[in-house]
Amino acid sequence: MKTTVQEILDQYPGAGRDSLIPILQQVQEKIGFLSEESVIEVGKYLKMPASKIFGVATFYNQFRFNQPGKYHVQVCRGTACHVLGSATVLDEIEKQLKVKAGQTTKDKLFSLEVVACIGACGLAPVININGEFHAKVTTDSIQSIFDSYRNREE
Amino acid sequence: MNLTIEVNNNNITANQGDTILEALNRNGMSVPTLCHMKGLFPTGACRMCVVEVEGRRNLVTACSEPVMDGMKIKTHSLRVIESRKTIVELLLSNHPDDCLYCERNGSCELQDLSEDLNIRERRISGQKNKFKLDVSSASIVRDPEKCILCGRCVRVCEEIEGVSAIEFVGRGSKTFIGTSFNHGLNLSTCVNCGQCIMVCPTGALKEKGHICEVKDMLSNPEKTVVVQYAPSISVSLAEEFGLPSGYNMIGLMNAALRRMGFNFVFDTSFSADLTIMEEASELVHRVQNGGKLPMITSCCPGWVKYAEEFQPDLLENLSSCKSPQQMMGAIIKSYFADTEKIAPENIYSVSIMPCTAKKFEQQREEMTQNGISDVDAVLTTRELARLIRLYGIDINKLEPELADSPLGTRSSAGKIFGTSGGVMEAAIRSAHYFITGKELVKFQVKGVRGLEGRKEAKVKVGEMEVGVAVVSGLKNAEILMDEIRNGRKDLHFIEVMACPGGCINGGGQPISTNEEAVRARMKSLYDIDEKDAIKVSHKNPYITELYDKFLGKPLGHKSHELLHTHYQKRDVN
Repeated sequence: MKTTVQEILDQYPGAGRDSLIPILQQVQEKIGFLSEESVIEVGKYLKMPASKIFGVATFYNQFRFNQPGKYHVQVCRGTACHVLGSATVLDEIEKQLKVKAGQTTKDKLFSLEVVACIGACGLAPVININGEFHAKVTTDSIQSIFDSYRNREE
Repeated sequence: MNLTIEVNNNNITANQGDTILEALNRNGMSVPTLCHMKGLFPTGACRMCVVEVEGRRNLVTACSEPVMDGMKIKTHSLRVIESRKTIVELLLSNHPDDCLYCERNGSCELQDLSEDLNIRERRISGQKNKFKLDVSSASIVRDPEKCILCGRCVRVCEEIEGVSAIEFVGRGSKTFIGTSFNHGLNLSTCVNCGQCIMVCPTGALKEKGHICEVKDMLSNPEKTVVVQYAPSISVSLAEEFGLPSGYNMIGLMNAALRRMGFNFVFDTSFSADLTIMEEASELVHRVQNGGKLPMITSCCPGWVKYAEEFQPDLLENLSSCKSPQQMMGAIIKSYFADTEKIAPENIYSVSIMPCTAKKFEQQREEMTQNGISDVDAVLTTRELARLIRLYGIDINKLEPELADSPLGTRSSAGKIFGTSGGVMEAAIRSAHYFITGKELVKFQVKGVRGLEGRKEAKVKVGEMEVGVAVVSGLKNAEILMDEIRNGRKDLHFIEVMACPGGCINGGGQPISTNEEAVRARMKSLYDIDEKDAIKVSHKNPYITELYDKFLGKPLGHKSHELLHTHYQKRDVN
């Protein structure tokens, strides 16, 4: 049986390293992140060392290397949010979820990502969880936001 | 075509196509460089080599800018000096302040640059990098906190070795040099050649040190501490003590090793002779019995791991011979232990190698007998120099001594193992004798000497024309292996060394190593060969004795058990 990655690679016959980024984007879209296996598979196809692909992928913010959690938390670090304290919000979230940006919690419930401006400056500081926006987040309100998602699981 | 350019108000001539840097260097002038690597395409990334060119608004990088006729250059104007100074100050702003403890204290390019630019205070104070030390590899320790991101290790790993174990990871101020998915170096494709250490300007890359264990064992009365040194050590160690490149200090080294307390001093060139007996016999056997050809040498552990990772379909072509280091190790803990009546577990066997990959090879599972390692510790040339200093030995006050017999007596064929082409030449000398019963005229194989990355020759052995190729730098090996895979049939024997030029330019050699030094070391090895009476391994009387008394015959049962090994495909990412 063909792997998901192989199916994507089939769409790029005779591809060279210039096709790397579109391929990675498609892989991430399909499996949610860039797994080690998928990077190796892409590397074999494009005749590129895995280290090189990892180097390219880590250059861009758009690529993730951990399986996303059930709830994907995006913390806006745009200018308006920054001015209104998104840095402390991010710190608090990292503390509460016990993960760093780019990582997924042990129970696979939450994953954390830092994004540039998401265009909701009027709501700053804002976070986006699976498409739901939470406005004017403070270090005190974070706990209850996460609890509301945890409650949905029970 | 000659161009004239004006540098600091003096006219110099330059060739069309030169970069400013090349023109300056040829005329005995210099500008500091950092990311520049001779022989590789310039990147102009670090901007250390900037100069002022009249009529140009910005400073230009000398390493990448071609000269033009009538160009007016200032290499040390105030603007240039201030610019370079700022670059170094910025590099220092997040650099750890632990020069006193740093391995590279005294041989650090960052230190030299700050000294040359007269930096006397920390003008810019930045946030320090926080990285974990990567000690996972058997050979190489990475300390990304000391890394200044010049990128030379990344380039040597990719462009010279074709391995690409490391790469720039991340972006901007958060960039660091790392492996794929930030695993330890031990899980990467790294072949442990150590060429990255040789090009690292700071202490961010260094060998996994074995000095402490060796020092402890030297004062352990229950252990018989035995040492062997590789052929190239005696012609490169001198540089660590301020003596000229290529100066052969074998006698002084023997004396120094005994002063430090090594009980027996042996020469790996002896076991190189032994390797030749086995390897040449194997070649003859393969040629005469339709075995897998071309046969490829297996004495370079960097190449062996590379082949296991990247050329697994050609593993059968590798000679099954262990490397000279491991052959010596096996003989020490069997034949020598028997003769001296010492239990193998009470022997501590140290080898001194120009190589970091030997530290990995020594730990391979295959390199043991009954659970006892053939070799217990591996020191690089650099570590040996450090050990000699640690024991307060003044090299200039020593009288030369001979190595111990019988494992310290070599032919000069074993000695030239230290240079690219040497193994080939030594093996052909013996194979010629084994096949025709006559010695090779003048004992020389034309076309396999020199520093080129790839050398080929045809040698007449009796009626047969033997095709040989010698490559150094694994990128060159990759190209040749592709040719073999694509059906090239005229080659019978191939020598591969991971380091460009062979062991004389190994990853364990003095940090100051440059092309001139490598040439001098090579010349020194061939001079020794020229002057020596015994130029072939099969005429080394102690090798004959070893076969008579212990091993039987080449490729015999005992040889097979002690001196040969096997390889395994490695899955890598």
